[in-house]
Amino acid sequence: MEKEIIYSRNVNENPCNMCMAMGGIIPFKGIEESMVIIHGSQGCSTYMRRHIAEHFNEPIDVGSSSLNEKGTIYGGGDNLKKAIDNIIKVYNPAIIGVLTTCLAETIGEDIDGIASEYLKEKELNNLPIITVSTPGYGNTHAEGYWAAVKRIVTNLAIKKEKGSKVNIIIPQLSPADIREIKRLLQLMEVQYTLLPDFSDTLDRPFERSYKKITKDGTKIKDIVEMPDAVATIQMGVTIEENYSPGKYLEDEFGVPLYNTPIPIGLENTDVFLSLLSQLTGKEVPEALKQERGRLLDCMIDSHKYNAQGTSAIFGEPELVFAATKMCCENGIKPAVVATGSKTAKLAELVKPLCGDASLLDEADFVSIRSISTEMKVNVAIGNSDGKYLTEKEGIPLVRFGFPIHDRIGGQRLLSVGYIGTTMFLDRVTNTLLENKYNNYRKEMYQKFYWEPKKKTLAVPGS
Amino acid sequence: MHGPIGCASYTWDIRGSLSSGSELYRNSFSTDLKERDIIFGGEKKLAKAIDELVEKYNAKLVFVYSTCVVGVIGDDLEAVCKTAAQKHGIEVLPVQSSGFIGNKSMGYRAACDTLLRLIDPGEKKIIKENKFINYLGDFNLAGEAWIIKKYLQRIGIDVNVAFTGDSSYQKLKTAPEASLNIIQCAGSMYYLAGKMQELYNIPYMQISFLGLEDTANSLRKIAAFFEDEEIMNQAEKLIKEEVFSTKPKIDFYREKLKGKRAAVYVGGGFKAISLIKQFREIGIEVVMIGTQTGRKEEYEIINNLVEDGTVVLDDANPSELEQFMIEKGAHLLVGGVKERPLAYKLGLAFIDHNHERKHPLSGFVGAVNFAQEVYSAVCSPVWDYVHGKEGS
Repeated sequence: MEKEIIYSRNVNENPCNMCMAMGGIIPFKGIEESMVIIHGSQGCSTYMRRHIAEHFNEPIDVGSSSLNEKGTIYGGGDNLKKAIDNIIKVYNPAIIGVLTTCLAETIGEDIDGIASEYLKEKELNNLPIITVSTPGYGNTHAEGYWAAVKRIVTNLAIKKEKGSKVNIIIPQLSPADIREIKRLLQLMEVQYTLLPDFSDTLDRPFERSYKKITKDGTKIKDIVEMPDAVATIQMGVTIEENYSPGKYLEDEFGVPLYNTPIPIGLENTDVFLSLLSQLTGKEVPEALKQERGRLLDCMIDSHKYNAQGTSAIFGEPELVFAATKMCCENGIKPAVVATGSKTAKLAELVKPLCGDASLLDEADFVSIRSISTEMKVNVAIGNSDGKYLTEKEGIPLVRFGFPIHDRIGGQRLLSVGYIGTTMFLDRVTNTLLENKYNNYRKEMYQKFYWEPKKKTLAVPGS
Repeated sequence: MHGPIGCASYTWDIRGSLSSGSELYRNSFSTDLKERDIIFGGEKKLAKAIDELVEKYNAKLVFVYSTCVVGVIGDDLEAVCKTAAQKHGIEVLPVQSSGFIGNKSMGYRAACDTLLRLIDPGEKKIIKENKFINYLGDFNLAGEAWIIKKYLQRIGIDVNVAFTGDSSYQKLKTAPEASLNIIQCAGSMYYLAGKMQELYNIPYMQISFLGLEDTANSLRKIAAFFEDEEIMNQAEKLIKEEVFSTKPKIDFYREKLKGKRAAVYVGGGFKAISLIKQFREIGIEVVMIGTQTGRKEEYEIINNLVEDGTVVLDDANPSELEQFMIEKGAHLLVGGVKERPLAYKLGLAFIDHNHERKHPLSGFVGAVNFAQEVYSAVCSPVWDYVHGKEGS
């Protein structure tokens, strides 16, 4: 039975989400020769750069229109134009994203108008400037991400002739996850356009000469041609239709949309591969069947340890759903399933899997913490902010998602496909085991050997 | 934090500031304004938020930070704070820190203005305490304020309160009673020191506890202020003891680091000045230096201090940093977290001289930590593989 949790909405204590503009930056980092500008106070871009840089360990350049008091009162058009000017001078990008902030939205900036005016003034005909409305009070970074992907698609996509590619639209995964998805696509011999592809841009190999922006990422030409695809596979079962780029391609150009879960967990990976099989008519190759077999073997190896797991899962809805599914497949009982986003969809999807878990949307860490202790959660799965649960309640955290800034290698965490799931599951199981080895001697001693001092020994009245 | 969620998210528990008591400050409280609140105003929500938090945590003092939207929609923070203060019988003070008002310096100033309101004794008569100082601009990162307090204690001077590392509401209230203000982080606290001189007649001096030379000189300067033979003798004794035990360690690293070149990009000008001297102590020349909030006078000192050909920057962007670091052949960069990956991509070592450090860099012990950190970063075997065995 679902628990009704009522907690205060006047205060958010220790947030479980970030703002829309933050999420909106990431897709632009996955397009070739792209730059992004935040139209708002300088602090927004500074804090977001810091947050993203710490997770990926990559330089994150984000422009800012540095709106000041004057711009706030009289309009920030000049500030934004100047910022675009600077960005072109320094980076010479092939595409520019402009994201709004709380401030720009509240003063009612017409960013579309400013952008087209700029392009006209400078006689720039071939530079797409893609504006995205990302007010911080609108929703969370998860929705900001989707809003940006959708705007990129709606701005660039043009129908030409029927092609043979499959569109793959992904949520915010790790660069390692994206590389793994590309490997699966290659093994399945699928021609595809993957958007956004920040597998190289946000996890760059060390090179002799450092380049500020590169040709890596999704090609603009490929995005333009997305309406020609035979189908869209969008890893977005939790997203609302108004944020859905796949829905747009379907409605506008008739590209059939398949919303699938992120291929994390055995079943979710099966779903992804069989869909590819169905779309291309190609068999799942032997090599992938072997990987599946190995995952099954891993699940058998660890099932008894996993049976002792009670988990709290938190983060972006799409990731939370996938991780919840993996927990359920392995007998790890989800007790708290939480997201900072305002969404009814996640609860709908999760309820059939684990109906007695507490399902929280618009959650903060104070609420996650109190239910986690009540439900005796012994493993938390989510981003670094969950370290709060470890520090306060001793609940160990398996780091997963974004941001990871108190450990190295968030960009290298692999969790998708059969291989990724195997690694992810091992991380969870081993965390349960570590906890067990650390505590079982003491626990058993206290439970079965140690006796509290008899009352008769106490001196009455002392 | 009165505003939408992001402002609170990005600032939640990201500093390495330590406390000897309550750790309430390590939580993030936000009114989490939504679209509805932007349209209808957020005052009621703020009032309720304060009520809830005061009740839950039994707080004696609440600071309410204004954010961009709050500045635009015109929520009357003053009024809400005043009502809440009366209702709960505590102090509730607004910080007018809307992002569009200005840069980081303006934010410091907004916070200092609020602190001035907090420490205002009103009608109460100020009784000056002898040899009692306030320590401005130390946030007790990795216990740095504790280190300096102990030094001063050893020479016979009591630190009344630090602004605001490991400080408390009650202690801050006694700040006007001090006989001297010393300032470490000038970027944040220079303004407050000036105001406290004006209002409470407390003289101030800028000191720096970064590096052996500046730490020793600062202790001498503070001791000299009190014109007390005993204190001056104790200061010399302390310096002698500490230098005796730390100098050999520094010299060890100096040998290893001689001839290396550093690029520096930090917040305040005074810190930049100290770093030039501190690098010199360990045999390193600063070839590029920039600050975010450095003042004109500080830039003059910087220009006099550095060698000819050193690049001096004001509020640089990543692209300028990159260009000059390469041009000047720097081996390492000192900077904020955002700059770390850039240094690494360029194949340079990086020194975390920022708010997130988890080891102290102040005082004699900090000088050794600093030298050790620079050594372990610059002389890591990793660079042999990055640049080839011959070095760059």
